[in-house]
Amino acid sequence: MNAVCPLPIADYPQVVLAHGGGGRLSKQLVDSLFLGAYGNDILSVLHDGAILDVPAGRIAFSTDSFVIDPPFFPGGNIGSLAVHGTINDLAMCGARPIALSAGYILEEGFPMEDLWQVALAMKEAAAGAGVPIVTGDTKVVDRGKADGIFINTTGVGIIPPGVAIGPRRATAGDLVVVSGQVATHGIVIMSVREGLEFETELVSDSAALNTLVDDIVDEAGADLHVLRDPTRGGVASALCEIAASAELGIRINEAALPVMEEVRGACEILGLDPLYVANEGKLVAFVARDAADRVLARMHDHPLGRDAAIIGEVVASHPGRVIQRSRIGGERVVEMLSGEQLPRIC
Amino acid sequence: MCLGVPGRVVSLAPDATGMTMGRVNFSGITKEVCMAYVPDAEVGDYVVVHVGFAISKIGEAEAGEVFEYLRSIGELDELAVPQPE
Amino acid sequence: MKYVDEYRGEEEARKLIAEIRRRATRKWTLMEICGGQTHTLIRSGIDRLLADNIELVHGPGCPVCVTPLEMIDRAIAIARRPEVIFTSFGDMLRVPGSELDLLSVKAQGGDVRIVYSPLDAVKLAQRNPDRQVVFFAVGFETTAPANAMAVHQAQQLGLQNFSMLVSHVLVPPAMEALLGSETNRVQGFLAAGHVCAVMGYWEYEPLATKYDVPIVVTGFEPLDLLHGILMVVDMLEAGRVGVENQYVRAVNRGGNQHAQDLVVRVFQPADRKWRGIGGIPRSGLELSWEYREFDAEARFGVGDIRAEEPAECLAGVILQGLKKPFECPAFGTACTPERPLGAPMVSTEGACAAYYHYARVPA
Repeated sequence: MNAVCPLPIADYPQVVLAHGGGGRLSKQLVDSLFLGAYGNDILSVLHDGAILDVPAGRIAFSTDSFVIDPPFFPGGNIGSLAVHGTINDLAMCGARPIALSAGYILEEGFPMEDLWQVALAMKEAAAGAGVPIVTGDTKVVDRGKADGIFINTTGVGIIPPGVAIGPRRATAGDLVVVSGQVATHGIVIMSVREGLEFETELVSDSAALNTLVDDIVDEAGADLHVLRDPTRGGVASALCEIAASAELGIRINEAALPVMEEVRGACEILGLDPLYVANEGKLVAFVARDAADRVLARMHDHPLGRDAAIIGEVVASHPGRVIQRSRIGGERVVEMLSGEQLPRIC
Repeated sequence: MCLGVPGRVVSLAPDATGMTMGRVNFSGITKEVCMAYVPDAEVGDYVVVHVGFAISKIGEAEAGEVFEYLRSIGELDELAVPQPE
Repeated sequence: MKYVDEYRGEEEARKLIAEIRRRATRKWTLMEICGGQTHTLIRSGIDRLLADNIELVHGPGCPVCVTPLEMIDRAIAIARRPEVIFTSFGDMLRVPGSELDLLSVKAQGGDVRIVYSPLDAVKLAQRNPDRQVVFFAVGFETTAPANAMAVHQAQQLGLQNFSMLVSHVLVPPAMEALLGSETNRVQGFLAAGHVCAVMGYWEYEPLATKYDVPIVVTGFEPLDLLHGILMVVDMLEAGRVGVENQYVRAVNRGGNQHAQDLVVRVFQPADRKWRGIGGIPRSGLELSWEYREFDAEARFGVGDIRAEEPAECLAGVILQGLKKPFECPAFGTACTPERPLGAPMVSTEGACAAYYHYARVPA
């Protein structure tokens, strides 16, 4: 892997307006930097759109934009986040992601070396998940009109026949499973911003969940009812949305939520509730009660599911409400987050 | 406003103005804390930290008092008491 | 986490709850002063676990909530100035003033920044010599030592570009105002543990004697609160008045002398308006003569800004514990965390916010 930026950095150490103008410099940026990083047969055609062969049936289609500040953080950068994020959204629909697009809005003056590192991270993320980036776009705006780099990724995926996952399939009696320790990503970002130091180096959990989802679907079949990735707003927001859509109640156990010790410590100091802090490599799954143990065991076999745990259940009472049993046995209602707890976390 | 979190003093050093600063460990994360108000705190002690200042040293013996109390009332456990829901 | 997790155990909580139920021969009305305690009580569900025996009334223990409207307006007037970097704890940003809040000022281009320690504001002033850095000093006695140190440091460093907008309030005068009120029905108090870590609790002894009430200095974890409640119940059942200390691991009777020494030097008592309650004499702090040059109100000439509270917001009544948040007609409808009428709905320690986030039940 060529780890040195192929663009002649001496000529253009920073992005200039012409790099987004569609002319010679634009072409050089695409040919050398983007193709150099994550080029493939489809992308290298460089037509207005990518042509894909897809089987008949249902496709999932998802888009997400990334404005995270800071763009570089322990465990990744805005590029890897952008690739993982859209792959995960497709996986949460029960789809197998097959292709991504990447659109960039760059601020004039953005360091070329940083752009190269972002592109490399995207290549690794995409290759790791087995999903190519097949088309893209680059625009450059005047200095001060954007904050460094914004990325949009859009993706398509194929939903295998017979797979139907969504909040409406949630059923009273289902168990709620979380795939691992939560709140890590949000805390890592906060720690960079607030200058917190960790004894053991804490990194974002940003990861592609598609292969974990493949395993869960394989194990559970029709017993898998809902999938959701708890990004902004954390597990709480994801559960509140599902409860509202499904018109069912959810009861969770505070003591059952897996959280890393250091992350808990950071939440205490910052006055944050881990239930509401963003994740970038976690999912919550609603599975039929009888299937839960099997699914959990299968998740434990996957590198991204080692700390998976059952955190609650779906109930017919208090439809639309999520109730958490506190450590000492009392109860509280879990509400949707109001406003920005942690701005620009994704 | 009353958010005070207990942490363990890891190191102590005066800053450029001579004010004693410390590094305090909160379950694996360390933060710089002003130690001027607990001059008798040593490395290894636990302090309560509020907005970046240690305001009190935690007494280990005193910390156990509520549990001793619970043990003493635990001896009355044979009484039938209603359970919380 | 040491000294945290041990105080969250379910088995110990059950024991304490059982003891409270056993010992309370009648229903008692208790008040906790500190907003942080309010939040733990409601978040852990303690208020409902004890509902048969204890009515918990929430006091004005949220300094953000009791900051008068006009003080927010003064902050906004300062924050709007182009030369100013306005710094504050996060809570204050969404508290509504007469027209706007600080977050809107930020959205409109004002340089408003969140800090976690007042020393961060001093550092900002050092690093930005061409800007005026103002710190919004809101808090009870717990925060006064930190703010005192910040001002003292600024003086030591000879900083010309640092000042503080002071809105400090003191607990004992507020308690006296509550206890002396005709509508008071609180029978026992949980005093704020961290306020007392700084100030000690000797100031509460005359109050306990004058008004015949038990007061227990209490911590913030679920077991602390249950233990504190049990201690108050014991005193009430025995007809005992006075001040006792539950939070022995962090609080002693005299408090933190070093902290008090600097507070007394940097600040002096002042009359203060409490939002929703009105003026209480000598219930707050202002900068002392020695440090008056650091007063932002004087430096920016905003001391004359006055404002009236909106009639719909029942903050005052709620902060005195006379009504519960859900008894306010605007609760959850006209007044939500996104569009608050008053501070208790926005502040992380406000009673209304606690009920909204943890205990709101559908109509």
